[in-house]
Amino acid sequence: MEPIIQADVQALINSYANEDVYLHLETTNGAYATHFDESFFSVGAYIRNAFLQYELGKIVGMGPYRVGLKLSIGWVYAEGLTHYEQDAKGRLLMAGLDPAGKLAVALQISKTPFE
Amino acid sequence: MTFEKERQVLVIFPHPDDEAFGVSGTIASHVNNGTPVTYACLTLGEMGRNLGNPPFATRESLPIIRRQELKDAASALGIQDLRMLGLRDKTIEFEDDEKLADLMYAMIQELNPSLIITFYPGYSVHPDHEATGRAVVRAVGRIPKDKRPKLHCVAFSNNCVEELGEADIRYNVKSVEKQKIAAIMAHRSQTQYMVAAWGDKLETQDPELLAWIHNERFWTYQWPEENQKV
Ligand SMILES: [Zn+2]
Repeated sequence: MEPIIQADVQALINSYANEDVYLHLETTNGAYATHFDESFFSVGAYIRNAFLQYELGKIVGMGPYRVGLKLSIGWVYAEGLTHYEQDAKGRLLMAGLDPAGKLAVALQISKTPFE
Repeated sequence: MTFEKERQVLVIFPHPDDEAFGVSGTIASHVNNGTPVTYACLTLGEMGRNLGNPPFATRESLPIIRRQELKDAASALGIQDLRMLGLRDKTIEFEDDEKLADLMYAMIQELNPSLIITFYPGYSVHPDHEATGRAVVRAVGRIPKDKRPKLHCVAFSNNCVEELGEADIRYNVKSVEKQKIAAIMAHRSQTQYMVAAWGDKLETQDPELLAWIHNERFWTYQWPEENQKV
């Protein structure tokens, strides 16, 4: 993955619009957050292989970036995205990595199911 | 304590690297003792957060990397029978409890271990650790009390000593220190920063670091007084 180049990511997002895609969306602060700090309110959410179509997708912000996907009857969005790549399987992988390199958020779009 | 000679050891953890920090010296000692050791690892740690910055992995390539690291760690320890059970990181507690116990029970029936090592339910912090420990306890609980293998558990929750007392099984694994360090380092994606933070402490024989590496401790699972069947 490389630091996000906004125009490049926007073009990639456009390339999956109005097509059936599989989506991975994840946020996490790690399973050990409360172990190290008992006052920490640990949250996370995860969805893998949500099957959907979006009619419009946008990447917005100055970095870290926000990506929103407008569905016919709903929305998907993620914030805090810093890195991306289109991998060898043609999947758009976007992630938000904190300064220590720990993943905090991921949004991934693929034309084939994620394993 | 010295290691008892076991017939077969079965180690069951959910994540590659769960075996590295607190158990790898024990594993290597049993292997070196001529005891067959099976390590069943439920997931590939797919949800590991450490991708690096600049990143060395993606969410999708991390499991491929960790699978190889797990194999490397197993070979550093001389484990002949490494089993990757194909479950998914962070989802173990959402599996069907009975089916998960069936999976454990089938392995126990097949291998007939004299010692099983897993996490202590209630005292092992990560939801996957907890669910793995619960499933193993549930499976072992199906065996009549007098025929059960020994069940040694890893615990590290903040309240574990307070509630369980001090660990009753303690080993010094200094004699296999090199293998243990090799296993820790094999899980590079997880441990490279930790190892880097050691600096020259290994060479200078830093007492605190060596104590951390040399001492492994387990709690013998305490079965509830009544209702022995879980
Ligand atoms: Zn773990």
